[in-house]
Amino acid sequence: MVSLLDIIGPVMVGPSSSHTAGACRLGLLARCLVGGTPQTGVLQLHGSFARTGEGHGTDKALVAGLLGFRPDDERIRDALKIAEREGLDYKFEKTTIADAAHPNTVRISIELNGNKATMLGSSLGAGRVLVQEIDGYPVEVTGNLHTIVLVAEDRKGSIARITGILAEHDINIATLRLTRKEKGGDAFMVIECDEQPDKKAGEELRALDWVRWTRRLDKVSGG
Amino acid sequence: MYKALADAIRDAEQQKKTLAHVALETEARDQGRPVQDIRAALQRALDVMRGAIEKGLTGDLYSASGLVGGDAAKLRKNPSGPLADTPFRDILTRALAVQEVNAAMGVIVAAPTAGGAGVLPAILTGLAKARSVPDEKVVDGLATAGLIGAVVAERASLSGAEGGCQAETGAAAGMAAGAATEMLGGSPSQVGHAVALTMQGTLGLVCDPLGGLVELPCVFRNATGSAIALAGIEMALAGITFAIPVDEVIDVMGDIGREMDVRYRETAGGGLAATPTGRKLAKERLYQIKRTDG
Repeated sequence: MVSLLDIIGPVMVGPSSSHTAGACRLGLLARCLVGGTPQTGVLQLHGSFARTGEGHGTDKALVAGLLGFRPDDERIRDALKIAEREGLDYKFEKTTIADAAHPNTVRISIELNGNKATMLGSSLGAGRVLVQEIDGYPVEVTGNLHTIVLVAEDRKGSIARITGILAEHDINIATLRLTRKEKGGDAFMVIECDEQPDKKAGEELRALDWVRWTRRLDKVSGG
Repeated sequence: MYKALADAIRDAEQQKKTLAHVALETEARDQGRPVQDIRAALQRALDVMRGAIEKGLTGDLYSASGLVGGDAAKLRKNPSGPLADTPFRDILTRALAVQEVNAAMGVIVAAPTAGGAGVLPAILTGLAKARSVPDEKVVDGLATAGLIGAVVAERASLSGAEGGCQAETGAAAGMAAGAATEMLGGSPSQVGHAVALTMQGTLGLVCDPLGGLVELPCVFRNATGSAIALAGIEMALAGITFAIPVDEVIDVMGDIGREMDVRYRETAGGGLAATPTGRKLAKERLYQIKRTDG
């Protein structure tokens, strides 16, 4: 669903909503996966990101996002220098991820204190983004709401248990999408929440022995 | 938000409301937020737009490559052309000002994108000044523009990499024309015609910036895009109608974008970017950018 405030916005540092603001948001989402500014980062740029990224400040914006800067933060201009000071060791690579991939796509592999994550995401235009893959799992995360992604065994009552934990933490679910490849196979869930799920809620979900993997991503766009 | 402008126009006419009103109510329902919240966010956007215009008029901003900058001030200080002392000229100046701030990595409002961010603030604040329109009505204009942009995002594209410049400055011009038509008293149906009359004039426009950067010709396309929007507003307010319905004009913009060769979609492979001088400048200036960044 397109929001009016996505169209009249974001308020951002130029020059390109897809190459600068969208890139910054992808960096911010990736940062959530390791819970802070990563110590190392490999950023593989695809398509237009690879071809015109430098002049558009895509490199600065992606790194700024990893540093936790929002798209309207004027420090984006100096993000590469700030990264050096903050101990973020980054590396850019130009690559072709897939012929069919969106022209503005990046694969971000980061690490903080041994905590590793890989994310594949695209900048769709007007600052809107879409994360398509986290740690190899297919997802669809827009960053318009706080999001929990989760992979669990396909078993009865799993949704009730998960939504119960979120309700106990006073978190309202905005959307919930459940898919599976086959009966009894892994179930993929993308849960968008109105409130930011706290660390404790995340830990309780992770503690369920039939939950294989889960991650929380912050809201990075929308009014 | 609406997926067809025809539906929004029908609802506005049936309920005897403006499109801005209908857009704000729909957004409030979609997002579960009070209308006041959304108006407040749009007012903040308007403040940032005015700040960017102010900053851009000083004339001492230059892009990373140095290819663009200083031209808004040039236009402001030398009123000798045929548009001297007209709101038209003031609007062109404002469009350049916002884009120069954008190219210099200053703060702007992407509306709908950063590359097309000059058109909407130029048209709305320029006409508001010329006709003493209060801020409340300008905020309404931003809501109407948002509705139009949302429909374009849904049916076509707002990305130069996907649809060429027609999807960026073209969409921005359509949004600005519709918003201003309503701000100046046009009916919902006149808004639809203003969008159609404007976007028919930007169909097929390629995205061909030098080096792929939002600099040249993007800065100037915001001025020429504003001129096309003004033509659309003028015609629609005079009661001129466009025979092809606005949603079909938007659809065909999307179709043309999909059929557009990749060279014309922000890749610097064709158009102005591929001219001998375009290539030469990109090579020289891009080299400079890399060197100064270490």
